[in-house]
Amino acid sequence: MCPLPLLISDTTLHTDMEKKYWKGVEELRNDAEFVRLKNNEFFEHIPVDEVIGRKAESADATPRRDFLKFLGFGMAAATLAACEAPVKKALPYVVKPEEITPGIPNYYASTFSDGHDYASILVKTREGRPIKIDGNEMSSISKGATHARVQASVLGLYDNNRLRGPKAAGKDTDWATADKEIKAKLEAAVAKNGKIRILTATVVSPSTKALFAEFAAKYPGTEVVTYDAVSFSGTLKANEQSFGKAALPTYRFDNADVIVSVGADFLSNWINPTEHARQYAANRKLFGKKTMSRHYQFEATLSVTGSNADHRYKVKPGQYGSVVAALYNKVASLAGATSISAGNTSVDDGISKAARDLWNSKGRSVVVCGSNDPAVQVLINGINTLLGNYGSTVNIDMHSNLRQGSDEKMAALVAEMASGAVDVLFMYNVNPAYTYPDAAAFKAALKKVGTSVSFAGTEDESASEANYICPDHHYLESWNDAEPVKGMFSLGQPVIRPLFKTRQMQDSLIQWAGLPYQDYLTFIQGNWNKSMYGMQTAISSYDAFWTKSLQEGVFETAPAAGTTVFAGDVAAAASSIVKSKTDGLELVIYEKTGIGNGNQANNPWLQELPDPVSKVCWDNYFAMSPAFAKAQGFSQGNVIEVKAGNKTVKGPVYLQPGVADQTIAIAIGYGRTKAGKAADNIGVNAYELASMVNGTIHYYNTGITINKTVDEDHVLAATQTHHTMMGRAIVKETNLDKWLKDPKSGNPDVMLETYKGKKKATEMDLWATEKNPGHDKPNHFWGMSIDLNSCIGCGSCVVACQVENNVPVVGKDEINRSREMHWIRIDRYYTSDTTKESAEKDGLGKIDMLAKMEDPSENPEVVFQPMLCQHCNHAPCETVCPVAATTHSSEGLNMMAYNRCVGTRYCANNCPYKVRRYNWFKYSDNTQFDFNMNDDLGKMVLNPDVVVRSRGVMEKCSMCVQRIQYGKLEAKKAGRRPKDGEINTACAQSCPTNAITFGDYNDPASRLSAEAKDARAYHVLEELNVQPSIYYQTKVRNKDTGTKA
Amino acid sequence: MHYESELREPLILGDKGYHEITEDVCRPIEGKANKYWWAAFTLASMALLWWIISVSYTLGTGLGVWGLNKTVGWAWDITNFVWWVGIGHAGTLISAILLLFRQKWRLSINRSAEAMTIFAVICAASFIVSHMGRPWVAYWPLPLPNQFGSLWVNFNSPLVWDVFAISTYFSVSLVFWYTGLIPDFAVVRDRAKTKGAKFWYTILSFGWTGTAKNWQRFEEVSLVLAGLSTPLVLSVHSVVSMDFATSLVPGWHTTIFPPYFVAGAIFSGFAMVQTLLIITRKVLNLENYITIYHIDMMNRIILITGSIVGVAYITEFFIAWYSGVEYEQYAFINRATGPYWWAYWSMMTCNVITPQLFWSAKLRTSLFATFFISIFVNIGMWFERFVIIVTSLHRDYVPSSWTMYSPTWVEVGIFIGSLGLFFVPFLLFTRFFPVIAMSELKTIVKSSSSQAKKKGAHHHEH
Repeated sequence: MCPLPLLISDTTLHTDMEKKYWKGVEELRNDAEFVRLKNNEFFEHIPVDEVIGRKAESADATPRRDFLKFLGFGMAAATLAACEAPVKKALPYVVKPEEITPGIPNYYASTFSDGHDYASILVKTREGRPIKIDGNEMSSISKGATHARVQASVLGLYDNNRLRGPKAAGKDTDWATADKEIKAKLEAAVAKNGKIRILTATVVSPSTKALFAEFAAKYPGTEVVTYDAVSFSGTLKANEQSFGKAALPTYRFDNADVIVSVGADFLSNWINPTEHARQYAANRKLFGKKTMSRHYQFEATLSVTGSNADHRYKVKPGQYGSVVAALYNKVASLAGATSISAGNTSVDDGISKAARDLWNSKGRSVVVCGSNDPAVQVLINGINTLLGNYGSTVNIDMHSNLRQGSDEKMAALVAEMASGAVDVLFMYNVNPAYTYPDAAAFKAALKKVGTSVSFAGTEDESASEANYICPDHHYLESWNDAEPVKGMFSLGQPVIRPLFKTRQMQDSLIQWAGLPYQDYLTFIQGNWNKSMYGMQTAISSYDAFWTKSLQEGVFETAPAAGTTVFAGDVAAAASSIVKSKTDGLELVIYEKTGIGNGNQANNPWLQELPDPVSKVCWDNYFAMSPAFAKAQGFSQGNVIEVKAGNKTVKGPVYLQPGVADQTIAIAIGYGRTKAGKAADNIGVNAYELASMVNGTIHYYNTGITINKTVDEDHVLAATQTHHTMMGRAIVKETNLDKWLKDPKSGNPDVMLETYKGKKKATEMDLWATEKNPGHDKPNHFWGMSIDLNSCIGCGSCVVACQVENNVPVVGKDEINRSREMHWIRIDRYYTSDTTKESAEKDGLGKIDMLAKMEDPSENPEVVFQPMLCQHCNHAPCETVCPVAATTHSSEGLNMMAYNRCVGTRYCANNCPYKVRRYNWFKYSDNTQFDFNMNDDLGKMVLNPDVVVRSRGVMEKCSMCVQRIQYGKLEAKKAGRRPKDGEINTACAQSCPTNAITFGDYNDPASRLSAEAKDARAYHVLEELNVQPSIYYQTKVRNKDTGTKA
Repeated sequence: MHYESELREPLILGDKGYHEITEDVCRPIEGKANKYWWAAFTLASMALLWWIISVSYTLGTGLGVWGLNKTVGWAWDITNFVWWVGIGHAGTLISAILLLFRQKWRLSINRSAEAMTIFAVICAASFIVSHMGRPWVAYWPLPLPNQFGSLWVNFNSPLVWDVFAISTYFSVSLVFWYTGLIPDFAVVRDRAKTKGAKFWYTILSFGWTGTAKNWQRFEEVSLVLAGLSTPLVLSVHSVVSMDFATSLVPGWHTTIFPPYFVAGAIFSGFAMVQTLLIITRKVLNLENYITIYHIDMMNRIILITGSIVGVAYITEFFIAWYSGVEYEQYAFINRATGPYWWAYWSMMTCNVITPQLFWSAKLRTSLFATFFISIFVNIGMWFERFVIIVTSLHRDYVPSSWTMYSPTWVEVGIFIGSLGLFFVPFLLFTRFFPVIAMSELKTIVKSSSSQAKKKGAHHHEH
């Protein structure tokens, strides 16, 4: 503090000042009394002594009562003071970065590529923090679509489990030491002509590959081994045989009128599901067109793709080869080609129909298969060749780079490691100690490696076994590039400074190899200057080219189309197909939409994303058909022991209709042990159950036995426990042939009987009269249209909404209590064998009918229905709230004032759609809910535009009101009305199939207004006349009904 | 021809004189509590303690400690609320409607029935507060002037009507009850031997002197309050029923609810009165005041209201079928045959079948049978509310959200604890307040002479 010059006496000041204002006449007079009081701050007498009873004190009597009073006051005051909220620091920028304006988001184009999934993305940052991933519309691969796993990946940045810096032998170290030691090891390895191996997941980055090459040049003896957790090794081999190119083709499902998939879950997990989903939906939509694709699916377990098929056949995984061979023969006979040796299958009827339709649409059809048996894939290539699909729906010329792993090379590496021949092993983007089917062998081999270095960002199963962990940046902190498809490049840029002392893998390699680049960015720029810049002619300056590519996130070229010559030997392939006995028990291994291969398993959003089909979260399980389970004496939750060879995996039974008989299915990605608090010990590791056949990993196993254990039943937490629609018209559907004849087919008006005859349900109204026709919506009238034909049930919207709206994660126990908080959910219904019509025919009474309707069919048809707040214009929730906490806006939105809510839950009870979500607990800063909202790092992902709700209040979909307000303000600043499509909700934006259209009913030119008028448009539960703002479009299947569609 | 009308049976037995009545009624207040009372009080206090623990845990942690979920937003909480409000009904019916109908037999039981009403409504109110997510703002549903801008309550909401109904009911019942107590407190005051008792009963008796003017005003106030209370008997439970009836949940959205709920409330209220009085008359030696005649009369009311409730159950089913509404039909089929069938059939057995046993005069006048049937009715009426609330909610419109509900120990604790919340004040009431309205009761004692007594005795010989 400054010294006290203010102590200069008053008189000196008086003389210096020109004017003097007196406090009063007393001062002017300066009389004795004034002088006496002047130095006393409080002129008036303050009865302090009287109040605190000093009189009593002076009288030397103990003021007992007063003492107790003060004691009480003191205690209370101290208690209250202790209750006070801790000081929270809010610091403004001292020097504000130019591009950051508080409250205004910035978007950066980047690339998500984790060796498994790929997406070109836009990253939304607020105040320098990335908080949301959106799809990049500029990319012709992603086309703005994202997958749930991509949406959720932003949370990985704020994972508290991330390593803060490098580690050596399990202890923290610093980069300088680690660099010195690793460099020494490398040099030593080179000195003795040793082996250096880089074990990596598929690398789609051309610069990284170039860097590997330079590294290898510096350290001879370096070899790169590519290994994918989910292997396509057999397919790559088949394509090498067929086309001389060990690469996966790209597909154009939008060009296909007939799609046949044998065990390929191409909408949810197979190669690049987001791309496929967008294409697939394009040819399923019926706006302004009258055709759609027909989709046949032959598969072992009910996948997302199979759920969307028009015809679905149950096939054991070991029979995929036989089905493909039979299909080849049928198509060959239609094409007049020679047939191959193939037996009968249980689904010959379906194969014939599929072959007929394929042939009728030759050149506009596609056949795909999820098998990893090279022989089967050769036949698939043969079928697509017979059908002339290469060049139109299948393109091996512009191949995909998304899977490059070789199982044989991996096996060879493990053997090499086990022999002690590997001196230095780098592990990048892989976790074989968890994902390798023979993980024990890998771990044992790893111990024999001279020096092992992992680049994992967290101390995962493999990294924890390595000598060094040199943690890589999160992808949102990294520079990178990608070439997911030949000639299609994209760039990844950091959107935040590294949070921890991590270092990008590529920078580490540059450092260790002493390469002459400042950093990896310089390397990428050099590489792009050298390679990509020359691929275009439009921009004549490299800097401009780089800037544009970075800004747009993508640089795409159109390589000249080559001719595809099929050189596969189908006859040889047919004879070498791996076939199983038709009557044995088989196990199929699949991927879940949320967890994928398990690399993001520690992401609580993904753990809580229900499986699109089973609706179970936070677990994997042995799925089997109810009939099979019954025959085995299993019931849901029973723990069974599955033996495959020398491995035993214990897990719970889940009754899943649609699973092939004598087949059990289990998902990979679970059973992690060192992923972090969200994933550890959730489910069981199913990678172990995969089989190795002729050098490739097969995701099924025919040599298994199952036994019930005496273990206590396992609780499987699901967000939906009732599976059928009970004969109610909640999801309306029809078939294409019927729809072509009558666009209102499947969607008749809902009529109610009245004394004046039949009337439309919406004509009757308690509230609106001629004088008062309802509430005005003079400016905007927001709403949605959801196309049930496009929705594939993937759940991308669920995660996107969770990210956008700070929806809490509640964990398995709470899900099991039916308390998930998702604002948007996807209802999944199976058909039942019992329908109103069949009951009438069978003479079933109503009670029996309803009881039987609860059971799904053994091979049910499936429908998905995104369900969110319907923003009813006669909202039942609004009238019952005692405190008017939920009200209607003049723009048609049903709003929640969290601060006003007293938490009676009456609104939720009265909501016929059951979309309201209640804060049963405080979900943030609560150790009971130890997810991202319970640590400071995880909370950085929260959207500052959306409030975090407190305990005891109701919440629900707001139709992203924060986005609406933002869009309206932007338009207002520009002096115009918002344009259609300019404002979008998180769910609609993230939807890979564009199933959700958000818009303004008051804008007659909006896409929403057009869709609302479609004959397929309907309101769910229209008969209640709650007048929702959300239209659904009837689902139209394209089943073969014998009539020409 | 000379005709002499038959003398009515006396309403109280034992040839009681004024002084005896005073002695009998004041005995529990002036004497020491017996061991039964202490046993009951200990038990009730333990329950109350459990209530305090369970409620505190709920308030401290959140409603998540209950078994509710996204689909079933109300269950034991509102079941208990409606159950307690219903129990409260007998008190008002006895004191208001029976007063207007000049049913003098009510005089032996109205005091304790009214006390039961007060304590039952307190229990009910406790559920309103504890079921809220943010009970610290429980006053927001009251239309109070506030600093939140122009925020007002939503008068469309039945929950707001509920707040008015319950608070009006509570205040009127309390005043009515207390008014009746004043002359009796004065009696206790006048007999008080200790300084403390004198002091407290002086305050409680509001300076009652027993002048003619006092009595005149007392009568007037009683009549006015009876008039006020009478519509309340019908309105309170009608309003409570509208919490359900005005919603659109299948199984709730039913126009029959107001009369059906009122009948059910009286039904359960009388059952609770029976349960309590059969014990009280024994423990406090009031057999001469609360006679078999009273028990019989109340059993008749139970029989009538029980039958009304039974008819209502059947009507609901008929209307569900007749309406042709798919959801409504399912709701009722699901009640009887769905996963909660046991709750439905418990309700049917307890509420429809057991009261029909009261057609038998023998059972109607049997203390044992009455006690057990009254317990059955109490259980049945609890299940009625559970069935209405939980089975309707757990499977409503959209099958994807159908789910099950089961209570946690906390909810069970709060319910059992609420019995403590009820019995602790009720037991204190039996010790400190005159449990029979002695001043009023004296008006029906044949006071004139030994003649009347003789006639009575003569009559008995027949």
